[in-house]
Amino acid sequence: MEESYLKYQGKHKGILGWLLTTDHKRIGLLYLISMITFFLVGVTFGVLMKLEMLTPGRTIMNPETYNSLFTLHGVIMIFLFIIPGVPAVFGNFFLPIQLGAKDVAFPRLNLLSWYLYIIGAFMVLASLLFSGGPIDTGWTFYVPYSIRTASNVSMAVLAAFVLGFSSILTGLNFIVTIHRLRAPGMSWFKMPLFAWGLYSTAWIQLLATPVLGITLLLIFLERTFGVGIFDPALGGDPLLYQHLFWIYSHPAVYIMILPAMGVVSEIIPTFAKKNIFGYTPIAMSSLAIAFVGYLVWGHHMFSSGISDTSRVVFSLLTFLVAIPSGVKVFNWVATLYKGSIDFRAPLLFVMVFIVVFSIGGLTGLVLGSLNTDIHVTDTYFVVAHFHYVMFGGMGTIFFAALHYWFPKMFGRMYNEKVAMWGAGIFAIGFNLLYFPMFILGYMGMPRRYYDYLPEFHNLHLISTIGSWVLVTGIIIIVVNLIRGLFSKEFAPANPWGGTTLEWTIPSPPPLENFDKIPVVTKGPYEHEEAITDETKSIVLEN
Amino acid sequence: MNNHITHTGENYGLYIVVWLGLVALTLITVALAGFNLLYLTVVTALAIAIVKSLLVVNYFMHVKTDSPVFKIFIGVSVATFIIMVILTFFDLTFRVPIK
Amino acid sequence: MDNNSVAMEIHRDDTGSKMGMWLFLLTELLLFGGMFLLYASYRFIYPENFKVAAERLDITVGTINTIILLTSSLTVALSLAAIRNKQKVFSLYLLMFTILCGGAFLVNKYFEWSTKIHHGIYPKGPEMANLSDGEVLFYGLYYTMTGLHALHVLVGLIFIAIVCYFVYKDKITFDNNQKLENAGLYWHLVDIIWIFLFPLFYLIH
Repeated sequence: MEESYLKYQGKHKGILGWLLTTDHKRIGLLYLISMITFFLVGVTFGVLMKLEMLTPGRTIMNPETYNSLFTLHGVIMIFLFIIPGVPAVFGNFFLPIQLGAKDVAFPRLNLLSWYLYIIGAFMVLASLLFSGGPIDTGWTFYVPYSIRTASNVSMAVLAAFVLGFSSILTGLNFIVTIHRLRAPGMSWFKMPLFAWGLYSTAWIQLLATPVLGITLLLIFLERTFGVGIFDPALGGDPLLYQHLFWIYSHPAVYIMILPAMGVVSEIIPTFAKKNIFGYTPIAMSSLAIAFVGYLVWGHHMFSSGISDTSRVVFSLLTFLVAIPSGVKVFNWVATLYKGSIDFRAPLLFVMVFIVVFSIGGLTGLVLGSLNTDIHVTDTYFVVAHFHYVMFGGMGTIFFAALHYWFPKMFGRMYNEKVAMWGAGIFAIGFNLLYFPMFILGYMGMPRRYYDYLPEFHNLHLISTIGSWVLVTGIIIIVVNLIRGLFSKEFAPANPWGGTTLEWTIPSPPPLENFDKIPVVTKGPYEHEEAITDETKSIVLEN
Repeated sequence: MNNHITHTGENYGLYIVVWLGLVALTLITVALAGFNLLYLTVVTALAIAIVKSLLVVNYFMHVKTDSPVFKIFIGVSVATFIIMVILTFFDLTFRVPIK
Repeated sequence: MDNNSVAMEIHRDDTGSKMGMWLFLLTELLLFGGMFLLYASYRFIYPENFKVAAERLDITVGTINTIILLTSSLTVALSLAAIRNKQKVFSLYLLMFTILCGGAFLVNKYFEWSTKIHHGIYPKGPEMANLSDGEVLFYGLYYTMTGLHALHVLVGLIFIAIVCYFVYKDKITFDNNQKLENAGLYWHLVDIIWIFLFPLFYLIH
């Protein structure tokens, strides 16, 4: 039997075989290991922040430290986890396989993307240590403070520039891969929906990220050479910075969620044992979300001083983007209806996702409408909203994907029962942590504030306790998966009865994925002809 | 099986003609700068620049004769940029000064 | 749609390679696009100041530089046609002439900038305090945009030099020349960016 990609020894042996690999599967794992590390650092910062918020006034740190913590928590979570997240790990690992290809279009460029990610990450960490101190501007780097502050903004924005490049190159690679490397017979509309999600995302990565790149570069140039672009003392307009920043950062949230939604479209048909309902609308809605996502950035600036006309325009456009998302949720639920439900951990995560993402999405409408936004903007309401959609959205699905594809990636099965418990505790902790924030925001608690009035104390208390429950859930999930790596229960090629191409090759896959490039004749979710394996465990003989 | 397309028999003349057009347009745009056209200044300057770019893109970069997918890629990107400009200008154009 | 299944077993995919380069060019378009957006915004806010500031730029040098770049675009396009016509030596001369043009452009830029700097007009320079806000912004954008553009000219020249070497060593031939086309595409983009920079900075009257 052919060796798996994990054991394969090619031109480079041992650790070099990983650090110099061009195999998309190994690169996916390189991203996974680095990303989980940075995620846990980000979680730690979050826990520390919540500890500080346990009581009004000083609890465990001074205000400057708190400012740096929430800045770094944002930078690490957004740039090192959520944005690269699903595409870098699961896109890299599974896109070529789902298309019936042996690798991505530009394997060496793929490795470069990972190195840029690592370099950017180290630059972020370096900005913590150099003189000047950790950045304290908020992850949004608003001017004029980001130009004036002595903290290491220059290093941090250059780090984000490098990370942006990593994202751009990944998007570029995926676009060409999808155009050029689909298996014979796989037309665009026979492609799995995960690929459609990645394709839409790739176009956002490609076109929006450069705008952030130039904006951050300009911050660097202003700080270093005093060029005079955004600095109001030199006639510059700080609002133009905000425009340029959000021109990227709003589409960025669709980079975060579209691949995750693609994963949901994979998991639901598999565990409902049913063809997806509305393949074409779901595929088209991915493109629609990507497109409309470019039109709404001003809703982050409703109280910044932009013109009333533009506020009305942006508010109207913001309502539009809810429509294609609704299309997806409707089609997912319709797929589950009258399906033969196999209730496993991946599906549980997806159920949690649908609930929390819907809450997050609906509260987005509160923020998108001008008259209500005035009251809750820059309060904890916003903080709750974006954690519900980003963490509850992308984060939950990251865990779902990890469980769904774990058998394929590692050839072993994790403990299903522990995974379900982990998911449940995670879900409870998540809501305990973030739901009170909606109420806090409504009551007037501002975001990024170190101190607060006594009337907010009880809700902060619940929220901080929620953070401990959440972390417990995360620890259970992660430890369970790590133990699964050493499990004696080997995974068959198709433990769930999936119908996409990755389930037709061994677990774990061999280096070149396919012995022979498959010829595709049917759609990706046709379950009538699917070959289902029972998840029989194959226990080692000694 | 390799995908390589062997091109042969390229016509130099067309490139030279395009170049002459580009130089002519450059001289025209410089000449026009001497006139005071008020707000039309920027419109004509941009229009000429766009024509020049289209010449470079279609003939020097072969987009005219290449697969349509490249035209779509370019179109989507330019459209995205234009949308960014338009929506930003909704803000800039309608700001009410505080006086 | 492209016959993608052709690309399945291949180790050389010219169309895919060209696609990759085009996508990269489109990111450059958006990168400069962000700055063009800034330029448009500030010109909208400070139309008179921009006009005054632009008067200090030398239209003649700008025009010459524009024609130099347009010519270099011609020669790099011709070099691709030449190699496809099996005219290796002609192709090499054209590529070398392209590099010469790019070098001339950069030399002109150097003189333009050093003149300004000599007069104290540069970020945080002595003369800047005497200028209005709009003029300061104009020069901020001028240095940033032409500077970033010049950086891309330099990168493009290196690219073309490498490709020139490949042609010389027969690694690029009449039926294997996608690398040359890609380098040419990059160079054309550099040309197009200047096509827009020139009227916006030099021709405001």
